Amino acid sequence: MIGISHYLILSGILFSIGFMGVLRRKNLLMLFFATEVMLNAVNIAFAAIGNYYGDLSGQMFAFFVIAVAASEVAVGLGLLIVLYKKYGSLDLDVIATMKG
Amino acid sequence: MEAIAFYVFAISTVILFGITALSKNVLYAMTSLAAGMVMISGFFFLLGADFLGVVQLIVYVGAVMALYSFAMMFFDATKDIKEKHGNPALVFLLGGLMALVFVVIFSAPIIGENMEALYPIVDGVGNAQAVGMVLFTKYLVPFEVAAIMLLVAMIAGIILAGKKMDKSLTTTVIEENPEDEILKESR
Repeated sequence: MIGISHYLILSGILFSIGFMGVLRRKNLLMLFFATEVMLNAVNIAFAAIGNYYGDLSGQMFAFFVIAVAASEVAVGLGLLIVLYKKYGSLDLDVIATMKG
Repeated sequence: MEAIAFYVFAISTVILFGITALSKNVLYAMTSLAAGMVMISGFFFLLGADFLGVVQLIVYVGAVMALYSFAMMFFDATKDIKEKHGNPALVFLLGGLMALVFVVIFSAPIIGENMEALYPIVDGVGNAQAVGMVLFTKYLVPFEVAAIMLLVAMIAGIILAGKKMDKSLTTTVIEENPEDEILKESR
Protein backbone atom coordinates (compact mmCIF):
# COMPACT_ATOMS: atom_id res chain seq x y z
CA MET A 1 0.00 0.00 0.00
CA ILE A 2 1.32 3.38 -1.01
CA GLY A 3 0.94 5.92 1.78
CA ILE A 4 1.76 9.57 2.17
CA SER A 5 5.26 8.77 3.43
CA HIS A 6 6.15 7.18 0.07
CA TYR A 7 5.19 10.37 -1.74
CA LEU A 8 6.98 12.59 0.76
CA ILE A 9 10.19 10.55 0.63
CA LEU A 10 10.08 10.59 -3.19
CA SER A 11 9.52 14.33 -3.06
CA GLY A 12 12.51 14.69 -0.73
CA ILE A 13 14.69 12.62 -3.06
CA LEU A 14 13.68 14.70 -6.10
CA PHE A 15 14.21 17.93 -4.16
CA SER A 16 17.70 16.84 -3.15
CA ILE A 17 18.49 15.92 -6.78
CA GLY A 18 17.46 19.44 -7.80
CA PHE A 19 19.36 20.95 -4.88
CA MET A 20 22.49 19.03 -5.80
CA GLY A 21 22.08 20.37 -9.34
CA VAL A 22 21.80 23.94 -8.04
CA LEU A 23 24.94 23.44 -5.94
CA ARG A 24 27.17 21.92 -8.61
CA ARG A 25 25.96 23.57 -11.82
CA LYS A 26 28.12 26.34 -13.26
CA ASN A 27 26.03 26.98 -16.39
CA LEU A 28 23.08 29.29 -15.77
CA LEU A 29 20.68 27.49 -18.13
CA MET A 30 21.37 24.16 -16.41
CA LEU A 31 20.89 25.87 -13.04
CA PHE A 32 17.41 26.89 -14.20
CA PHE A 33 16.62 23.27 -15.06
CA ALA A 34 17.63 22.25 -11.54
CA THR A 35 15.29 24.84 -9.99
CA GLU A 36 12.44 23.43 -12.12
CA VAL A 37 13.17 19.98 -10.65
CA MET A 38 12.95 21.44 -7.13
CA LEU A 39 9.62 23.17 -7.85
CA ASN A 40 8.16 19.93 -9.24
CA ALA A 41 9.25 18.00 -6.16
CA VAL A 42 7.46 20.50 -3.92
CA ASN A 43 4.32 20.19 -6.07
CA ILE A 44 4.25 16.43 -5.49
CA ALA A 45 4.48 17.00 -1.73
CA PHE A 46 1.61 19.54 -1.86
CA ALA A 47 -0.65 17.21 -3.85
CA ALA A 48 0.16 14.22 -1.61
CA ILE A 49 -0.53 16.07 1.64
CA GLY A 50 -3.73 17.55 0.20
CA ASN A 51 -4.87 14.08 -0.81
CA TYR A 52 -3.98 12.67 2.61
CA TYR A 53 -6.04 15.21 4.56
CA GLY A 54 -8.88 15.35 2.01
CA ASP A 55 -8.11 19.04 1.50
CA LEU A 56 -8.05 21.05 -1.70
CA SER A 57 -5.63 23.71 -0.39
CA GLY A 58 -2.66 21.54 -1.34
CA GLN A 59 -3.74 21.51 -4.99
CA MET A 60 -4.40 25.27 -4.86
CA PHE A 61 -0.86 25.96 -3.66
CA ALA A 62 0.50 23.66 -6.36
CA PHE A 63 -1.38 25.77 -8.95
CA PHE A 64 0.16 28.96 -7.64
CA VAL A 65 3.60 27.33 -7.60
CA ILE A 66 3.11 26.46 -11.29
CA ALA A 67 2.07 30.07 -12.05
CA VAL A 68 5.13 31.42 -10.22
CA ALA A 69 7.38 28.94 -12.06
CA ALA A 70 5.98 30.00 -15.44
CA SER A 71 6.60 33.72 -14.77
CA GLU A 72 10.03 32.92 -13.30
CA VAL A 73 10.97 31.16 -16.54
CA ALA A 74 9.75 34.08 -18.68
CA VAL A 75 11.73 36.72 -16.74
CA GLY A 76 14.74 34.47 -16.16
CA LEU A 77 15.17 33.56 -19.81
CA GLY A 78 14.95 37.26 -20.75
CA LEU A 79 17.73 37.96 -18.26
CA LEU A 80 19.77 35.03 -19.61
CA ILE A 81 19.53 36.43 -23.14
CA VAL A 82 20.68 39.86 -21.91
CA LEU A 83 23.60 38.25 -20.05
CA TYR A 84 24.55 36.20 -23.11
CA LYS A 85 24.55 39.35 -25.24
CA LYS A 86 26.79 41.11 -22.72
CA TYR A 87 29.32 38.36 -21.94
CA GLY A 88 28.98 35.84 -24.77
CA SER A 89 28.77 33.00 -22.27
CA LEU A 90 26.48 31.62 -19.57
CA ASP A 91 29.25 30.23 -17.36
CA LEU A 92 29.07 31.60 -13.81
CA ASP A 93 32.87 31.81 -13.56
CA VAL A 94 32.96 34.06 -16.63
CA ILE A 95 29.97 36.18 -15.57
CA ALA A 96 31.12 36.67 -11.95
CA THR A 97 32.63 40.12 -11.61
CA MET A 98 32.90 40.35 -7.83
CA LYS A 99 36.01 38.69 -6.43
CA GLY A 100 35.74 37.08 -3.04
CA MET B 1 -1.94 -1.65 -9.10
CA GLU B 2 -1.35 1.70 -7.48
CA ALA B 3 1.94 0.43 -6.07
CA ILE B 4 3.16 -0.71 -9.50
CA ALA B 5 2.25 2.64 -11.06
CA PHE B 6 3.87 4.53 -8.18
CA TYR B 7 7.14 2.64 -8.39
CA VAL B 8 7.31 2.88 -12.21
CA PHE B 9 6.73 6.63 -12.08
CA ALA B 10 9.08 7.08 -9.11
CA ILE B 11 12.02 5.23 -10.64
CA SER B 12 11.61 6.92 -14.02
CA THR B 13 11.36 10.42 -12.50
CA VAL B 14 14.42 9.90 -10.33
CA ILE B 15 16.46 8.61 -13.29
CA LEU B 16 15.25 11.34 -15.68
CA PHE B 17 15.82 14.17 -13.20
CA GLY B 18 19.19 12.65 -12.37
CA ILE B 19 20.09 12.98 -16.05
CA THR B 20 18.85 16.59 -15.91
CA ALA B 21 21.05 17.39 -12.94
CA LEU B 22 24.18 15.59 -14.16
CA SER B 23 24.20 15.72 -17.98
CA LYS B 24 26.75 17.82 -19.83
CA ASN B 25 24.59 18.38 -22.90
CA VAL B 26 21.86 21.03 -22.76
CA LEU B 27 19.64 19.14 -25.20
CA TYR B 28 19.76 15.90 -23.17
CA ALA B 29 19.08 17.78 -19.94
CA MET B 30 16.09 19.60 -21.42
CA THR B 31 14.58 16.49 -23.00
CA SER B 32 14.90 14.46 -19.81
CA LEU B 33 13.39 17.35 -17.83
CA ALA B 34 10.35 17.37 -20.13
CA ALA B 35 9.96 13.60 -19.87
CA GLY B 36 10.28 13.74 -16.08
CA MET B 37 7.53 16.36 -15.94
CA VAL B 38 5.22 14.05 -17.89
CA MET B 39 5.96 11.34 -15.32
CA ILE B 40 5.20 13.79 -12.47
CA SER B 41 1.77 14.48 -13.93
CA GLY B 42 1.22 10.72 -13.52
CA PHE B 43 1.64 11.18 -9.76
CA PHE B 44 -1.03 13.89 -9.78
CA PHE B 45 -3.46 11.56 -11.56
CA LEU B 46 -2.65 8.85 -8.99
CA LEU B 47 -3.37 11.31 -6.15
CA GLY B 48 -6.81 12.19 -7.55
CA ALA B 49 -5.75 15.69 -8.61
CA ASP B 50 -6.83 15.33 -12.23
CA PHE B 51 -7.00 19.04 -13.01
CA LEU B 52 -3.55 19.63 -11.55
CA GLY B 53 -2.17 16.83 -13.71
CA VAL B 54 -3.65 18.36 -16.86
CA VAL B 55 -2.31 21.81 -15.89
CA GLN B 56 1.10 20.25 -15.29
CA LEU B 57 1.03 18.72 -18.78
CA ILE B 58 -0.15 21.90 -20.51
CA VAL B 59 1.87 24.52 -18.61
CA TYR B 60 5.10 22.69 -17.85
CA VAL B 61 5.49 20.25 -20.70
CA GLY B 62 3.79 22.52 -23.21
CA ALA B 63 4.58 26.13 -22.38
CA VAL B 64 7.69 26.11 -20.20
CA MET B 65 9.59 23.55 -22.24
CA ALA B 66 8.68 25.36 -25.48
CA LEU B 67 10.02 28.56 -23.90
CA TYR B 68 13.24 26.77 -22.93
CA SER B 69 13.67 25.31 -26.39
CA PHE B 70 13.13 28.73 -27.97
CA ALA B 71 15.69 30.23 -25.59
CA MET B 72 18.11 27.42 -26.44
CA MET B 73 18.12 28.62 -30.04
CA PHE B 74 19.78 31.83 -28.81
CA PHE B 75 22.61 29.91 -27.18
CA ASP B 76 24.99 27.41 -28.69
CA ALA B 77 23.46 24.14 -27.52
CA THR B 78 25.31 21.68 -29.72
CA LYS B 79 28.62 21.55 -27.89
CA ASP B 80 29.04 20.03 -24.47
CA ILE B 81 29.25 22.35 -21.50
CA LYS B 82 32.55 22.44 -19.67
CA GLU B 83 32.08 23.06 -15.99
CA LYS B 84 34.89 23.56 -13.52
CA HIS B 85 34.20 21.92 -10.19
CA GLY B 86 36.25 23.04 -7.24
CA ASN B 87 35.52 20.61 -4.44
CA PRO B 88 33.17 17.71 -5.22
CA ALA B 89 33.47 16.21 -1.71
CA LEU B 90 32.16 19.42 -0.13
CA VAL B 91 29.24 19.54 -2.57
CA PHE B 92 28.31 15.94 -1.79
CA LEU B 93 28.57 16.56 1.97
CA LEU B 94 26.38 19.68 1.80
CA GLY B 95 23.91 17.99 -0.57
CA GLY B 96 23.63 14.93 1.67
CA LEU B 97 23.09 17.00 4.80
CA MET B 98 20.48 19.17 3.10
CA ALA B 99 18.74 16.06 1.72
CA LEU B 100 18.52 14.66 5.25
CA VAL B 101 17.06 17.92 6.55
CA PHE B 102 14.50 18.06 3.72
CA VAL B 103 13.40 14.46 4.26
CA VAL B 104 12.83 15.23 7.96
CA ILE B 105 10.90 18.40 7.07
CA PHE B 106 8.74 16.64 4.51
CA SER B 107 8.09 13.69 6.84
CA ALA B 108 7.08 15.95 9.72
CA PRO B 109 3.35 16.14 8.72
CA ILE B 110 3.07 12.38 9.38
CA ILE B 111 3.52 13.12 13.10
CA GLY B 112 1.00 15.98 13.18
CA GLU B 113 -2.29 14.14 13.48
CA ASN B 114 -4.50 16.94 14.79
CA MET B 115 -4.85 18.69 11.44
CA GLU B 116 -8.26 19.37 9.97
CA ALA B 117 -9.21 19.94 6.34
CA LEU B 118 -9.79 23.64 5.72
CA TYR B 119 -11.52 23.16 2.36
CA PRO B 120 -12.63 19.51 2.31
CA ILE B 121 -13.06 17.69 -0.98
CA VAL B 122 -16.78 17.65 -1.84
CA ASP B 123 -18.34 14.27 -2.57
CA GLY B 124 -20.14 13.61 -5.83
CA VAL B 125 -18.32 16.40 -7.68
CA GLY B 126 -15.49 15.96 -10.15
CA ASN B 127 -12.02 17.21 -9.31
CA ALA B 128 -12.11 20.05 -11.85
CA GLN B 129 -15.46 21.27 -10.48
CA ALA B 130 -14.27 21.11 -6.87
CA VAL B 131 -11.09 22.99 -7.77
CA GLY B 132 -13.14 25.66 -9.54
CA MET B 133 -15.45 26.11 -6.58
CA VAL B 134 -12.56 26.65 -4.15
CA LEU B 135 -10.43 28.67 -6.59
CA PHE B 136 -13.14 31.20 -7.44
CA THR B 137 -14.37 31.68 -3.86
CA LYS B 138 -11.64 31.31 -1.24
CA TYR B 139 -8.63 31.84 -3.48
CA LEU B 140 -10.04 34.53 -5.78
CA VAL B 141 -7.66 37.31 -4.70
CA PRO B 142 -4.47 35.19 -5.05
CA PHE B 143 -5.81 34.04 -8.43
CA GLU B 144 -6.15 37.63 -9.67
CA VAL B 145 -2.73 38.54 -8.23
CA ALA B 146 -1.25 35.56 -10.08
CA ALA B 147 -2.87 36.81 -13.28
CA ILE B 148 -1.29 40.28 -12.83
CA MET B 149 2.04 38.62 -12.01
CA LEU B 150 1.91 36.63 -15.25
CA LEU B 151 1.14 39.81 -17.20
CA VAL B 152 4.11 41.60 -15.58
CA ALA B 153 6.33 38.60 -16.33
CA MET B 154 5.21 38.58 -19.96
CA ILE B 155 6.00 42.28 -20.41
CA ALA B 156 9.36 41.84 -18.64
CA GLY B 157 10.23 38.88 -20.86
CA ILE B 158 9.35 40.78 -24.04
CA ILE B 159 11.36 43.86 -23.01
CA LEU B 160 14.40 41.94 -21.76
CA ALA B 161 14.60 39.58 -24.72
CA GLY B 162 13.71 42.23 -27.27
CA LYS B 163 16.65 44.55 -26.51
CA LYS B 164 19.11 44.85 -29.39
CA MET B 165 17.28 42.23 -31.39
CA ASP B 166 19.01 43.41 -34.57
CA LYS B 167 22.36 42.04 -33.32
CA SER B 168 23.10 38.39 -33.92
CA LEU B 169 24.05 36.35 -30.85
CA THR B 170 25.69 33.26 -32.27
CA THR B 171 27.82 34.72 -35.06
CA THR B 172 30.68 36.51 -33.36
CA VAL B 173 32.46 37.30 -36.64
CA ILE B 174 31.58 40.78 -37.82
CA GLU B 175 30.25 40.43 -41.32
CA GLU B 176 31.16 43.03 -43.87
CA ASN B 177 28.21 44.35 -45.76
CA PRO B 178 28.80 43.60 -49.46
CA GLU B 179 27.05 46.80 -50.48
CA ASP B 180 29.62 48.84 -48.53
CA GLU B 181 32.42 47.17 -50.48
CA ILE B 182 30.78 48.08 -53.75
CA LEU B 183 30.27 51.63 -52.52
CA LYS B 184 33.95 51.87 -51.46
CA GLU B 185 35.14 50.56 -54.82
CA SER B 186 32.93 52.95 -56.76
CA ARG B 187 34.40 55.86 -54.84
